[in-house]
Amino acid sequence: MNFGFTAEQDIFRSEVRKFLDNNAPLEEVRRIMESDEGYSPKLWQEMAQMGWLGLLIPEEHGGVDLGWVDLTVLLEECGRTLFPSPLLASTVAAIALMENGSAAQQARWLPSIAAGEAIFSVALVEANDRLSEQGVELLGEKSQQGAELRGEKLFVPDATAATHFVVSFRTGDGPEGVRLAVVEAGASGLTIEDLPGLDTTKRIGRVRFDGVSVDADCILDGSPGWAAVARLLDHAAAAVTAEAIGASEGAHALMVEYAKQRVQFGSLIGRFQGVKHPLADMYVDIESFKSLLYYAAWCLDKNPEEAPRHVSMAKALASDAFTRIGIDGIELHGALGYTWEYDAQLYLKRSKWVKAAFGGSDHHYERVAALGGL
Amino acid sequence: MDFDLTPEEEAFRSDVRTFLDENLPPEGERDAMFPLRWSTLVREKGWVGFSWPKEVGGGGGTLMEQAILKEELANRRAPALGSCIMGLAWVGPALIQYGTQEQKDRFIGDILDSKYQWCTGYSEPDIGSDLASLQCKGERQGDDYVVNGQKIWTSLAQWAKWMILLVRTDNATEKKHDGITCLLVEMDSPGITVSPIANMSKQPFFAEVFFDNVKVPVENLLGKEGQGWQITIGALANERSGISEIAGLLWELDLLKKLVKESRVGGKPAREDTRIRRKVAEFETRIAAMKYNGQRYLTKQIRGEPVGSETSVNKLHTAHLEKYMSEFALELQGSYGCLAPGSKAALERGRWQKEALGWCTAVIGGGTPNIQRNIIAERILGLPHD
Ligand SMILES: Cc1cc2nc3c(=O)[nH]c(=O)nc-3n(C[C@H](O)[C@H](O)[C@H](O)COP(=O)(O)OP(=O)(O)OC[C@H]3O[C@@H](n4cnc5c(N)ncnc54)[C@H](O)[C@@H]3O)c2cc1C
Repeated sequence: MNFGFTAEQDIFRSEVRKFLDNNAPLEEVRRIMESDEGYSPKLWQEMAQMGWLGLLIPEEHGGVDLGWVDLTVLLEECGRTLFPSPLLASTVAAIALMENGSAAQQARWLPSIAAGEAIFSVALVEANDRLSEQGVELLGEKSQQGAELRGEKLFVPDATAATHFVVSFRTGDGPEGVRLAVVEAGASGLTIEDLPGLDTTKRIGRVRFDGVSVDADCILDGSPGWAAVARLLDHAAAAVTAEAIGASEGAHALMVEYAKQRVQFGSLIGRFQGVKHPLADMYVDIESFKSLLYYAAWCLDKNPEEAPRHVSMAKALASDAFTRIGIDGIELHGALGYTWEYDAQLYLKRSKWVKAAFGGSDHHYERVAALGGL
Repeated sequence: MDFDLTPEEEAFRSDVRTFLDENLPPEGERDAMFPLRWSTLVREKGWVGFSWPKEVGGGGGTLMEQAILKEELANRRAPALGSCIMGLAWVGPALIQYGTQEQKDRFIGDILDSKYQWCTGYSEPDIGSDLASLQCKGERQGDDYVVNGQKIWTSLAQWAKWMILLVRTDNATEKKHDGITCLLVEMDSPGITVSPIANMSKQPFFAEVFFDNVKVPVENLLGKEGQGWQITIGALANERSGISEIAGLLWELDLLKKLVKESRVGGKPAREDTRIRRKVAEFETRIAAMKYNGQRYLTKQIRGEPVGSETSVNKLHTAHLEKYMSEFALELQGSYGCLAPGSKAALERGRWQKEALGWCTAVIGGGTPNIQRNIIAERILGLPHD
């Protein structure tokens, strides 16, 4: 047993951090989040060159063939600076293709993802907001070419930046009736709309399908119904949690620094236990969902059976912990925390996204209870 | 990251399992002679003092093997390895690190054989969390230290043959920590009076200990004069990964789930209540977090990196679970929750009630939650002392 990062992973972390420190400090993040695109196409190309966009993709398809634990390092660091980019969406979509696409489908799309030429996202959640098989209502009627999609997907990450979507839809009743397909953003009958979110470093969209025709060779052959989507939701929830590690640590560091500088009643506020004990409790929470997520990440690669339980434990704890860190992060800074200029608000808003994205603590604790035999 | 065991570790685990299959009957099938048989067997097997060096009679096991062993033992509800509780937990490790050859020869074999109990004289009436301010006096006179003062909350004092004692030998040091000295004291020395204190379950498990001109020969000084604080921190730091604790908590969790399945709330099965389901899942998640925190810290230890204040993280989790799991069980029991363990109508013979009155050792004994928060805030986050 070895529950630590390798020397290569430590080097990778410091390279990622250096790149983000140089190219995306929070002032730059603010500029990017207010831009039309919501991400930096220039940095996106550099990320492709560094191999970040194909981290999990096999070498034969232009990727670097690393594992989920390496991905954790990358996402954690992106989370730390609240770096706005479609990386999370694109990575989960790539996983969808790797897990469910035929050899031909993989060869067709994966290289363009790794090269940064195409931006893929995942359209898995609908207006009903259910992360279960019943939540897939979007209809795929059998047609001559393949299927015709009617319905709507909501909470699609980076929808406006995406060139392609991996979309879940239904061809029949029950879990077996669920399928996944790749749809191009330019397909006729498809409308994409940006839905402003609280966290403007994360773009959320609505994608409408008004009779969008999908060729048979765009339907992922190997997708065994709902189980494939459930696995993707696990990958997505784990990715959100990995980013949340960095983001919580970023928020926490901001607070700790402030507690070491601000003087009131003749004392550093960090000396007051009403300040320092909550900071210690936050540390405990972050350490704990971090350990859970690292184990979950390892499971996603090496022990898939144990992955659902551990992803849910990590996401549940992270959702609640980061929510609290976001709120306390404002309070600890007093009125300064309430200002637009100060960065505490950015973390608060990220916490609202983390809590909601791919299941909050109620959803994930319920899953832990069910998987634990209750 | 890699959670698979090496072939050697796998072999060790299967050796442990085979031994347990052959020698450890399931709980409930252990006869009156079993405890004696067990203690002889595990001693011969080299499991008592498993990680202590072979030269002093320990098992010479690695940290990883120790973790495996503890997990296997806890999973089968095996009795402790040896009954000399504090001797095995911290007196022995302190002797191994700081003791003279004579002291090692004199004490370590007896500790491994659990010949008698040790007790721990740290806390005083006015000194608890702020242990480094302790006042009990030790004065060098010729070949003796003469001890005067009082200790309190000393667990097992009335049964122990020896005590590991902290005294102040120097009042003038710049740092109060540097005036503390560690002595090994025979409990039947003239001048020692032990006065038991009943805990809230009316059990006299701890005591006040009074010292009136008690002579402790210089040969029973552990380490050097003024080194007592360092020895204490080192010795208390010995028990780290908390692996066996986690197996125990998982056991409790299973019992709690069983209780949920058998209980009804407002006439409906408790297991259908979303609030109750969430609560159990929160406990389960916290225990799992402890497990993986423990494994991360164990990895650091194995790699030779310092592991210090991080262990306060799991101590805070333990404190929470110890207090609130039993409390939750009482809540599930509704009106039955307030019955005493001996009551006829008490559920499960009152096991949860016992727990609900029994968490203090874990929560208060080794530093209270507030002190753990201070440790994290000051030593890890670098916030100012209060
Ligand atoms: C079952 C049991 C067995 C024990 N066995 C032994 C033994 O064998 N030998 C031995 O020497 N001792 C033993 N103890 C004593 C134990 O070590 C002390 O109880 C513990 O260190 C706390 O000290 P105290 O009880 O004096 O509480 P205090 O230190 O007086 O604390 C009282 C309260 O004040 C809080 N507090 C104190 N300082 C701070 C601070 N700086 N910031 C915030 N809050 C603070 C504490 O959290 C606590 O809630 C035992 C205790 C128990 C419960």
